[in-house]
Amino acid sequence: MSSNEFYNLQINGQTHAVKDAWIGESLLYVLRERLGLPGAKGACEQGECGSCTVFIDGKAVCSCLVMAASAVESEIATIEGLNSDGSLTDVQESFITEGAVQCGFCTPGLVMAVHHLLEHNQEPDEHEIKEALSGNICRCTGYGRIFAAVDVVIASRAEANR
Amino acid sequence: MSVRTTTQREVLGTSALRPDGAAKVKGDFAFASDLFAENMLWGATLRSPHPHARIVSIDVSGAWAIDGVACVITADDVPGQLTYGLISEDQPVFARDVARYMGEPIAAVAADHPETCRRALAAIIVVYEVLPVLSDPERAIDGSTAPIHPDGNLIRHQRIEHGDPTATGPIVVEGTYEIGMQDQAFLGTEAALVIPDHDGFGVEVFVATQWLHEDQKQMAKCLNLPVERVRIVLGGVGGAFGAREDISLQVHTALLALKTSRPVKMHYSREESFFGHVHRHPAKIWMRHHASQDGEIIRIDARFVFDGGAYASTSSAVLLNGITHTQGPYRCPNAVVEGYAARTNNPPCGAMRGFGVVQACFAHEGQMDKLAVACGLSPVEIRLRNAMKTGDMLITGQIMQSVAPVERCIRETDAIPLPPEMGDHPHELDLPGGSGLTADRSHIKRGIGWGVSIKNIMYSEGFDDYSTARCILADGVITLKFATSEVGQGFVTLAPQIARTILGIDNVITDTIDTDIGSAGSTSASRQTWMSGGAVDAVCRIVRERLFEAVGEKYSIDPVRLAIEDTDIIDTVGTLRISVAEASVGIRIDETFEFHHKPTSDLDEKGQGDCHVAFAFVAHRAVVDVDPELGLVKVVQIATAQDVGRALNPLSVLGQIEGGIAQGLGLAVMEEIIMQDGRVRNPSFTDYLLPTALDAPKVIAIMIEEPDPQAPMGAKGVGEPPCISVTPAIAAAIRDAIGKDITRVPVRPQDICL
Repeated sequence: MSSNEFYNLQINGQTHAVKDAWIGESLLYVLRERLGLPGAKGACEQGECGSCTVFIDGKAVCSCLVMAASAVESEIATIEGLNSDGSLTDVQESFITEGAVQCGFCTPGLVMAVHHLLEHNQEPDEHEIKEALSGNICRCTGYGRIFAAVDVVIASRAEANR
Repeated sequence: MSVRTTTQREVLGTSALRPDGAAKVKGDFAFASDLFAENMLWGATLRSPHPHARIVSIDVSGAWAIDGVACVITADDVPGQLTYGLISEDQPVFARDVARYMGEPIAAVAADHPETCRRALAAIIVVYEVLPVLSDPERAIDGSTAPIHPDGNLIRHQRIEHGDPTATGPIVVEGTYEIGMQDQAFLGTEAALVIPDHDGFGVEVFVATQWLHEDQKQMAKCLNLPVERVRIVLGGVGGAFGAREDISLQVHTALLALKTSRPVKMHYSREESFFGHVHRHPAKIWMRHHASQDGEIIRIDARFVFDGGAYASTSSAVLLNGITHTQGPYRCPNAVVEGYAARTNNPPCGAMRGFGVVQACFAHEGQMDKLAVACGLSPVEIRLRNAMKTGDMLITGQIMQSVAPVERCIRETDAIPLPPEMGDHPHELDLPGGSGLTADRSHIKRGIGWGVSIKNIMYSEGFDDYSTARCILADGVITLKFATSEVGQGFVTLAPQIARTILGIDNVITDTIDTDIGSAGSTSASRQTWMSGGAVDAVCRIVRERLFEAVGEKYSIDPVRLAIEDTDIIDTVGTLRISVAEASVGIRIDETFEFHHKPTSDLDEKGQGDCHVAFAFVAHRAVVDVDPELGLVKVVQIATAQDVGRALNPLSVLGQIEGGIAQGLGLAVMEEIIMQDGRVRNPSFTDYLLPTALDAPKVIAIMIEEPDPQAPMGAKGVGEPPCISVTPAIAAAIRDAIGKDITRVPVRPQDICL
């Protein structure tokens, strides 16, 4: 296929060169198939399930709906950027300990969504949590253990700030 | 709420954590769709746009002419058997002369980029002669239509006649119940990477599947390769729920890889996934219950019609499961049941969590509520009066040998406190319909409903089901090997728990899940804890005996005196105490064991026979808020008590319970593949609605632990029961709220307000 687009993306604080790309490729495709960043998952290609959630300039977005070439001016953050020092974040830790992970396909997107929520709202109530996570579909857990994981993070962060 | 308690050793009974958890939360875990190989091509499938059409001609030359296309294949390129199937091999790898459902594969391409594939598929010219569509299973059964397949339009008819078919009672209630077509909607769509090997005469297949050896067997036949030249390795699986039991892209991807001598990856889009796997059977069930004045069931008559779609898949087994669960978890001395699984031009239906019992349960629980009203009893009382016990005879003549705590499930569920009434000024998200702000508090009506179910676990009807496990103990490290598909349920957590418990060593490695060992059977039918857990349990016990022999010889102690206590080997009548890790230094014990369950038998022409292995039970109570004018429903709370035998990992069990409830809720109020004359109208997550965090009810779950002496480790499978009776419980709660009969699921707004 004739693919001759060249551009740079800023991802997790680093510049990534995208070479010989087709202009129509989504950010999700470029991350996964061209840049070796498969943490964001594709499950619906319509922005319904949130599995492909990344941050663009601090906003949580579905990377399947963003044309990669349109993000050249932006700072992109993916799940791979959460663990640059090798350790798990508190959200990731609590997802494991509270049983919020089963098949794990929705997990990277949900971890991103929870980080996004708690960055903007330190002590969300039950309704705010449910609304914030309602764009991320999980088919395995029924969400109960995911809510439990969020509660644990909120409590531990509140404790740390006391 | 946190159910986890910190323990030092992750043995049986503790909420051991997933060994793949860290990789999954970091996005590092390799799902099948994440796999990549040098020089890899992408594969894609051309599918029939028609539910029924004769294929007049296929011209693939346009696809070949596109730059970047490496291969185009059709039915003519299948080197081996042209069809496959789990029970009867009736499904073509590619349709050759006739397409029997919308989405049936016609051709496949391999190319350098998914977009090239899309263009190549668009360039293939297929001339169709559209044929009349058989979409009504009743017409398939009555013989009024021409056969749409050489095997005919009736996949299976089975009758059950038990006791006195003429027995009657003073109370008679009847109803007809419909269940819509549900999709498994796993998040990780079908994906495989196939690498040709053996100089082009073999393949290595990395695939997200539920049953590696069945894929291997079916692929080898279609590819005309010896079974040992098809090596299957489990690719990371993003959920399954039954949809990965049948072949989907396996043969296509392998053919493209063999033809091009290059690695080929295929990964379905969500839309293609809706067409690429089987669904839950839509069903229509009529039931008539005769009962005594005080509510005791005397006789049940029933007629089941399951729409199997265009190909058989597991329809005959789904039908058997449905009809043999007609009575539900209740005593029933007399029954006459007719069951039909029909072939239509609808999409093929097969396995989905609950496997025929979901449909039966919606009908029998609707009947129990009618019986309660007719007898002037509460929904709880009618169920308690009929609750099945161990030793009761089923309508198949089989004796219930499983622990059957039906009464306890009901009573413990009933004792769970109801949620508080909705206040005068509820949060908008607590209203039916949510933040649309369309429901008015003053219109909301609350309802409470019940569902109780029985589910067979393991395969049935004489199938010699087994699972294989290998355990190597060497220098203080245990290595476990099995071909048990991990789909998210957590067998990779459980297997090391078993080994640690039996062998007293915490360092357990789980080897690659592949076909280099014997079959583990399918991750389905709630069977892997029993079957593969049983295999791991047994092989670890054999290794322990061998270890005792070695230690006994070294210390001149009769091995029967040795035991493992925590992480030590001890002499039960002496003073020796040595850690297992230390004792196994310099020793290598390597054992393999094949675990079989007790044999079952076929049903005779009257539907009599010991066809099932074991059973599990559960009760659900649903509380809903309904806006009767808008037809909107909010499920507020689900209370449940589930018979689990023994909770080997309580956190995993809770995950199964909550996850199953969400899927049952989906079937109750939102999930349906909408069909119109054989056409799927909503193959996307925009139009096929799934429960989100906002739809999740408060779940209060009790695990009833009465270890089953027949089950290895006392544990029953827990995967399916949670999704079975929650659906009728929600439907019953809606009935209770609006005072109107509800006879189909999913319950649509028009079913409530019109």
